[in-house]
Amino acid sequence: MATTHEQIDNEVKTNDIVLFMKGTADMPMCGFSGRTVQILQHLGVPFKDVNVLADEALRNGIKEYTNWPTIPQLYIKGEFVGGSDIVMEMFQSGELKKLLDEKGVA
Amino acid sequence: MAMSAQDIERFIKEGIPDASVEIRDLAGDGNHYAANVISPTFKGMNRVQQHQLVYAALKGRMGGELHALALQTSTPQE
Repeated sequence: MATTHEQIDNEVKTNDIVLFMKGTADMPMCGFSGRTVQILQHLGVPFKDVNVLADEALRNGIKEYTNWPTIPQLYIKGEFVGGSDIVMEMFQSGELKKLLDEKGVA
Repeated sequence: MAMSAQDIERFIKEGIPDASVEIRDLAGDGNHYAANVISPTFKGMNRVQQHQLVYAALKGRMGGELHALALQTSTPQE
């Protein structure tokens, strides 16, 4: 049985874009998560959503994994990009689109 | 548990003494805040590192007591 850390590591490394969030992309359970989903959908990029509310170990584990205390958390090509504030700021400045282009996942 | 804007500002300034901190209560409920933190200490750090520094100053309260703190960070030149 994989540890929580291994489970997270696997999600981050095997998906081009993965969003750890509260709820699902179809039904976000928190405004910050919902806002981040909207940005990704607006940019039209496919992403994997992982619902941390479905697993308490995951909910705590993801905070330790990146030393980041809040959810959502966006990872692109294995790299932590930020939470909803950073994603919003990068979206508005065009940096997010640029990053996606650079990583070849847009 | 709610935190006051003054507490948030005090914690951030204790952790980052050269920071200028502006807190707004977004919903008027003492639970949803926005913070704008400007500090020369942020220079050379990316956004994630800047936010992590603010979270460190809040000593574990972020994500717990403080559920909703919309954060913006920058250096004075920006």
